[in-house]
Order: sequence, then structure tokens, then C-alpha cells
Amino acid sequence: MVEAHGLVKRFGDFVAVDGVDFTISPGESFGFLGPNGAGKTSTMRMISCISPVSEGSLRVLGMDPSTDGPRIRARMGLVPQEDSLDLELTVLDNLMIYGRYFDMPKKVIRERAAQLLEFAQLTDRANDRVDPLSGGMKRRLTIARALISDPDLLILDEPTTGLDPQARHLLWDRLYRLKQQGVTLIITTHYMDEAEQLCDRLVVMDKGRFAAEGTPRQLIDAYSTKEVVELRFSPGQHEEIAPSLAALAERQEVLPDRILLYTEDGDAALAEVARMGLVAQSTLVRRSTLEDVFLRLTGRTLVD
Amino acid sequence: MTTTARGAAPGDAIHFQHGEAVPTRRIPTPMWLRAACYWGYQYRRTWRSSVVTSFLIPVLYLAAMGIALGSLIDKHSHGVDGVTYVAYLAPGLLAGTCMQIGTNDATYPVMGAIKWMRTYLAQLATPLEVYDVLLGHLAWIMARLAIVVSIYLAVMAAFDVVYSPWAIAALPAGLLTGLAFAAPVSAFAATQDKDSSFSTLYRFAIIPMFLFSGTFFPISQLPEWLQAVAYATPLYHGVALCRDLTLGQVSWSDIGHIAYLCACALVGYLAGRRTFAGRLVV
Repeated sequence: MVEAHGLVKRFGDFVAVDGVDFTISPGESFGFLGPNGAGKTSTMRMISCISPVSEGSLRVLGMDPSTDGPRIRARMGLVPQEDSLDLELTVLDNLMIYGRYFDMPKKVIRERAAQLLEFAQLTDRANDRVDPLSGGMKRRLTIARALISDPDLLILDEPTTGLDPQARHLLWDRLYRLKQQGVTLIITTHYMDEAEQLCDRLVVMDKGRFAAEGTPRQLIDAYSTKEVVELRFSPGQHEEIAPSLAALAERQEVLPDRILLYTEDGDAALAEVARMGLVAQSTLVRRSTLEDVFLRLTGRTLVD
Repeated sequence: MTTTARGAAPGDAIHFQHGEAVPTRRIPTPMWLRAACYWGYQYRRTWRSSVVTSFLIPVLYLAAMGIALGSLIDKHSHGVDGVTYVAYLAPGLLAGTCMQIGTNDATYPVMGAIKWMRTYLAQLATPLEVYDVLLGHLAWIMARLAIVVSIYLAVMAAFDVVYSPWAIAALPAGLLTGLAFAAPVSAFAATQDKDSSFSTLYRFAIIPMFLFSGTFFPISQLPEWLQAVAYATPLYHGVALCRDLTLGQVSWSDIGHIAYLCACALVGYLAGRRTFAGRLVV
């Protein structure tokens, strides 16, 4: 579906994407994870043939984006990071117009729009203006719009950013259905739970490069331990206590508000802490998540 | 890839026919026309007020300035250039209106489609290319202008100031005048980040042109150096062309006017291709 070698995107002197290689197969659901400014959106925009490639090679649906842009986009659906719906028009008209861009006959668009509105749970809002709809509804409409032309490849750039939990779960459910129907999905996100839910395979991007690549499970195995113990002591005590705990874990992380112990057996480590006579204000033993991988690979420093 | 059959849940009704092309029209619609269709959808919301305005403006102007003010002018100086003032003024206003609409529709709507509504970005995520987006928008401005000019000519006929069958050609002449503004102005609008530059454009270019390019009085009334400036404006050529057509005073100089307007439109379009690409394809 998509094949990139040494892909580079430059804006003047700034290198947004710094030579990445990846292959995405049909039916796969592929995720780009990374903090803001990691180069996810730039990569996405190159795949969607909106942004020219600065260097390297890119094939999408077996074609070259620099010469076959229109033909590639004809078989692709794009859900951009910021909605580009027409707020003054109705929900249905937004779909009708989009279908016209793909030169579909009105009758075909109308039939398909009815199915898609059902899918996006917007049927009863079909003739309402878009402006007053909630963020989740607009997002679902944007996805429905991207599906109007029956694309082989659906590209979603941060599909659930800014949505409340209910709206996110509904959206995930919809995307999961698409995945089951065999639509190839490419997703960027900085939500780890989203990546775990939706992606078969993902890459973690940082500063324009891939920091890691694999299935969610592989990444956790490779970059984190099975379990994590979170310990919270009185403020200020952490630096003092941390050295004595270091031996209990494969890796230890001292944060201002808590100490994290990465270990294969969380309960055993916790019992050991108790035996040392240390009393934490609160403790938590949990499984490692992609978030641990993500933070380890991209650091905890705030990226602006 | 195949579509899997599953239990009934919302969304199962969507048919994915991977690998097969989506059904499209038998005769492909040109890309720019697909983009223009969008603006047509938009217009459906506002066409009533737009049509009423297109009718009222010429009626009010021709009544107040053409008839009322014109009767004074006709009494004292026996009309302008051998015709009544209202007959002189009407084609000038027609061209001036085309300039204003061409400019209006290429400022805020272009900026809005880039920044606020992101319409162009939505279009660029489909088979449309950046010059289809530009051409589609310009085509739409022409379509809208065609409605306005037709109404205007009908009002002129009602005021009995259409002197020649050549007036039919004032329709394309008006469109060309509008395009000579819409094309370069949209090229300019695509480079702007704030709409304050548009008021500057109006204050220092559009309004002075409207007043001093032969719309209301012959530019021979101006001091000589200003005459040269007026002659260089596209509006002067639009006014002169429309006036020659509705008054039936067609001459070879009209070829020059047409050429000048075409040049403005073409240069504007080519500049627009660059500025649109510079703004949208990054």
C-alpha cells in the first residue's frame, strides 16, 4: 500500500522528517506515535500526496505521489487533524459536495451518504447545519466524508484529539469496524490507549526519526518490563529513598511526585519495599503500557 | 481484501469494494468544475438576497445619479460625449460593479477558504490539484457575475439606455472586467495572513479606481498626469469597453481594451497558481 525509503521532509532549514523507511501492507492498521512536532503530520501529508517529498522515495498504492497525486487521492480518504467541514452547509450537503469532488453521480453519492450517516450515527442530523454539532459529531462526519469514495486507504491524523471519553470510544468502535472490513488504516496519535486499541503495528517517532517499530506487544517487551510499580512518598523524600530501591527493579525512574520501578514481578518488588520498612503514601502495581515505552523513548521533557 | 459478512450493526450496510474504482460519471467532469460546484452549493443559501441586491443597486444608482443628478448635467452641458448622462453613466457603473464583485469574491472568500473554513485543503485531499482549486473558484466568480451582469443589463434596458445590439457583448465584457480583478486579487489574498490588508486594498486601489477611471465622468476632466494613471488601470479599459458596447460606438480601440483586460486576468491567474501553491502545497 505504502512504501517509503529514506523519506525526508524539509521546511527551509528545518528537517521535519529525517530519513524514515516503512512499508504498510493492505488491510493493516498502522500507527505513527510521537510527541507534538515529531514529524507525524508531515509524514502523513506526504503519504496523502498533499505535501511534496523533499528527498527519498515514496510509493503509495503502487504509484508515485509526485506524478500521480490525483489518481492516488482518488482511492484514498483523508481525515485531517483540523476539521475542514463546511460549517454553514448541512451534514448531507457536506457529503454531497465531497462526492462531487470524486465525480460520483449524485444518485450514488446519495445512497452511499445514507449508509455513511448511519455508520457515523448522524442520520437524524442529516439536514442540520454542521456548525452547532459537537466535536465528536464533526469528527465522525469528517470520517464519513473521507469514506464517501470507498477508499482503499484511510488516513487519520489525530482522529480523537480534543474529544471527550464517550466520543473517543464511539469513534474507536467505528474505526475498529472499518478495520474488520479490511480497510487499510494509517493513524497518527499521541494517545497510547488509542494506539493499543487500533494499531496492528506502529512506529514511535521522535525528532523526525523512528525511535522504535513493532506491534504494541513487541514494543512493550522490548522497551519496558512486564509490570510497573508506582510509589508515592512524602514530598522531598524521593531523592533520598530512590538509591535504596534501585536494586529492586530492572530500571528505576524518579519523578517529582513518584518513583517508578520497572520490574517483571510488581507484587514481589512491592513486598520487598515493605520489608525494607519504607512506608509509601500510596502504591500501585500495573502492567506496562505503550505509554511507558513512549515516555522512555521520547523523554518526559515537555515538547512545545 | 474482501468484505466480511457480520452481524447487523450500524455501519455494516457500507459496501467496500476494494480494488474496484468508485462509480464515477461516464463523461468525467473537469476538475475545476467540480471545485466550482462547491461554491454553487454555498450560493444556494444566499442567492435570494444576492439577486435582490444585484437588482436594487443599479436601480438605485441609475435613478439617483443617472436620472436625478443627470438631469442637471444634461440641462447645463447637454449630456456627456453626446449622450444623456444616465446613458453615459450606466455602462461605467456596470464595469465598476464587476470590479467590486470580482474583488469582493476574491478577498474574504479566498482567505476564508484557506484559513477559516479550510475549504481548499478539503478539496486538495481529493483528486483536485491546486490549480483546479484556483480555477474552480474563479469560474464560480464568473458564474455569479454572469447573473449580476444579466440583471444589470435588463435594468439598463428598462431605463432605456441600451442603444445598440452590441450591448449583448457587454455580458462577456463585464465578466472579463471582473476577472481582470478577481484573478490578481485572489493571487494577492492567498499571500495574506490578516484581512486588514483588504481594507488597504479597497482604500487605496479599488475606491479611487471606481471614482476616477471614467466611471462617472470622462478622464479628460482630470489633470494630465492623473489621466495617465487612470489609463493604466484595468477599470478604465473595462468601463470604456462596456460603454462602447452599450452605446454602439464600437471601434478598433476596443480590441486594445480587451487585450489589456485579458493580460491582467492572465497575469493574475499565473500569479495565483504560484501563490496558491506556495500557501497550500507545503
